[in-house]
Amino acid sequence: MTVEPLAPVAPSRVFIAILLRDLTVARRELPYFLVRTALQPILFVTVFGFLLPRMGLIPHGYSTTMLPGVVALSLALSAIQSVALPMMQDFGFTKEIEDRLLSPVPIHLVAAEKVVGGVLQGIVAALFVLPVARLIMGPIPGLSFRNLPLLLAVTILGGTAFSAMGLYLGTGIAPQQIGLMFSVIVAPMIMFGCTYYPWAGLSHVPVMKWLVLINPLVYVSEGMRAALTPGIPHMPLLMILAALVLLTALFMFLGLRAFDKRAMS
Amino acid sequence: MNAIETRSLRKVYPAPAIKKRRGVPAPAAPPSAEIVAIDSLDLAVAEGEFFGVLGPNGAGKTTLIGILTTRVRITAGEAFVSGANVTTDPAAVRSRIGVVPQRPNPDRSLSVIENLVFHATYFGIGRAEAARRGEKLLERMGIADKMHAKVDQLSGGQQQRLMIARALSHDPKVVFLDEPTVGLDPQARLSLWEILRELHDQGRTIVMSTHYMEEADQLCGRLAIIDQGKLLALDTPAVLKTKAPGDTLVEVTFDGDASVAADAARAMEGVSSAEARGPILRVFSKRGGELIPSLINAGEAHGRVVRDIQLSRPSLETLFISLTGRKLT
Repeated sequence: MTVEPLAPVAPSRVFIAILLRDLTVARRELPYFLVRTALQPILFVTVFGFLLPRMGLIPHGYSTTMLPGVVALSLALSAIQSVALPMMQDFGFTKEIEDRLLSPVPIHLVAAEKVVGGVLQGIVAALFVLPVARLIMGPIPGLSFRNLPLLLAVTILGGTAFSAMGLYLGTGIAPQQIGLMFSVIVAPMIMFGCTYYPWAGLSHVPVMKWLVLINPLVYVSEGMRAALTPGIPHMPLLMILAALVLLTALFMFLGLRAFDKRAMS
Repeated sequence: MNAIETRSLRKVYPAPAIKKRRGVPAPAAPPSAEIVAIDSLDLAVAEGEFFGVLGPNGAGKTTLIGILTTRVRITAGEAFVSGANVTTDPAAVRSRIGVVPQRPNPDRSLSVIENLVFHATYFGIGRAEAARRGEKLLERMGIADKMHAKVDQLSGGQQQRLMIARALSHDPKVVFLDEPTVGLDPQARLSLWEILRELHDQGRTIVMSTHYMEEADQLCGRLAIIDQGKLLALDTPAVLKTKAPGDTLVEVTFDGDASVAADAARAMEGVSSAEARGPILRVFSKRGGELIPSLINAGEAHGRVVRDIQLSRPSLETLFISLTGRKLT
C-alpha cells in the first residue's frame, strides 16, 4: 500500500474555518457577551454621564470627554476577555483547543486566529456601547465621525494590542489567578487609562502624567479622543499610533511565546 | 515506507521548579530531578499494522504518542510519521493522522455533529462534504441519534466514540489512540474493540497505548513493552508469551504467613522459582497443576490451611513481571 500524496491545505482556508468556529460560538453567546463586556461601561455612563450632570455635580460638557474613553474601554475590555478567558479554560481544564492544535497548519496560526477573533468581538462591543451611551447621555457636543481612517486605525490597532495582551495573560496566568488578573491588572488599568479624563488634564499632577504612559489603555482612549472628539485636547497622533504599534508587537511576541509553551510540552 | 519510525528518540522533561516558601529554606534541588520520559527509543511500524504500546502508568506511553502526534517536543533523535518529520514538518504529519486523546476533549460549545463538521473544515474539507461524512461516522459509531445533542448529554463511552469519529473525519492514514478504554464499562470497551478492528481492516495503521494486557493481546499485531521510557520487548503477542518465564504460575493462599512453605516449594522438581508474599505463595513451575498436592502438604506440615488456589498460564502479565519486577496495573 502506498500513501497517496495529500494535497496540502491552504493555511488561509484552515484559518478561516477556525475563525468561523469562534464566530459561530460567539454569535450564540452574544447576549452574555454584551452583558459581560458592555455592562460596566454602561453603568459608568449612567452615573457620570447622566445622573451626576443632572444633579449638577458634573458639568454637562463632561460627556464629550468621557464618550471616547468609554468606547475605548469597551473595545479593550472585550478584546482582552474574548481571548484570555477561553485560553485559560482551554489550556487549563478542558483541553478543548487540542482539536485545533491538530489542524494541519503551524500552531501560531491558531493563536493568531484567537487574536483576530478578539479584535472582531472588541469591535462589536464598541459598536454596541457607542449608541447606547449616546442614548443615555443625550446629545454629545463635538462628537464627529469625519475622521474615519483614524477611527479605523485606532480601533484595529487598539483591538489587536489588547487581544494580544489577552493571549499573553490567558496563556501565561494560571486559571486560579484569574481573580487576581482582574483586580491587579485590569482594574488599575481602567482607572488610570485616561478613560474618564483626558491625558492633557493630568498636567495638574505631572508625576501621574508620565506614570500612566505605561498603561496601554491610555493610547486607545486618547486615540479615540483624537478620532471622535477632535476638539478636545489629546495626545499627539504620532505618539498614539507609534505606541499602539509597539504595544501590539510586544504583546504578540510575548503572547505567541507563552502560547508555544502551553501548546507543546 | 514505514508508517512510523523513530531513531534514538529521547525526551527529557526539565525538573519541576521548586517554589520558595517564606520561613522554609528552599530544598536543594536533587542532582537528577529532570525526568527522562523516553530514552533512546528505536521503533519502526509498518503501514497497516495494529501496533500496541504496553506499559504501566508513567512508562512514557503518553509522551511517545505526544511526540508522534506533534504535541511534545523531542529532546534528541528523530521521529517520522507517514514519511514526514514531526519536528520539521509537523503540519504535514497532522494532515495524515487522527488522534483519540486519553480523556475526551470535545468542543463543548458545539453540538455532536458540529464537532465533526468543524473539525473536518480545519482540514480543508468543504462544509457539505464534512456534514455528509459526519453523519456517516456518527451512524457507524452508533450515536447518530445524538447528532444534535450537546456533548455534555453523551455518556463517557459515547464521548469516546465521538472522539474516534472526530479523529476519522479527515480520513487519516494513521490513527493514534492513547489508552482509549480507560474508564469505560466492559460493554463499551468491547464495542470499542470492534470499532478498532474495523478501522484496522480498512487498511489504516493503528497505534494504541494501553495498560490492559488482555486488550493488547486481543487487538494488537505487534506489541512494544516499555517501562521508564525504555523499550523492553517488541514482538507479536504470541511470541512474547512464549518468552514468559517459568511456564505456569501457581498461587496458593494460606490462612497465615506463607513463607514457611517457600523453602519446601523451591526444592520441588520442576519449580523455577518460589516466593512468599504475606499469605500468598507464588510458584513458577513447568509442572503446573501437578504441583498442587505437594504445595498443600508443604503448608499443612506447618499447620497452615489452604484458602485459595489459582493457576495462571504464561501470559504477557507474567512476562511483564519478570521484565520489570512489578505488576502492570
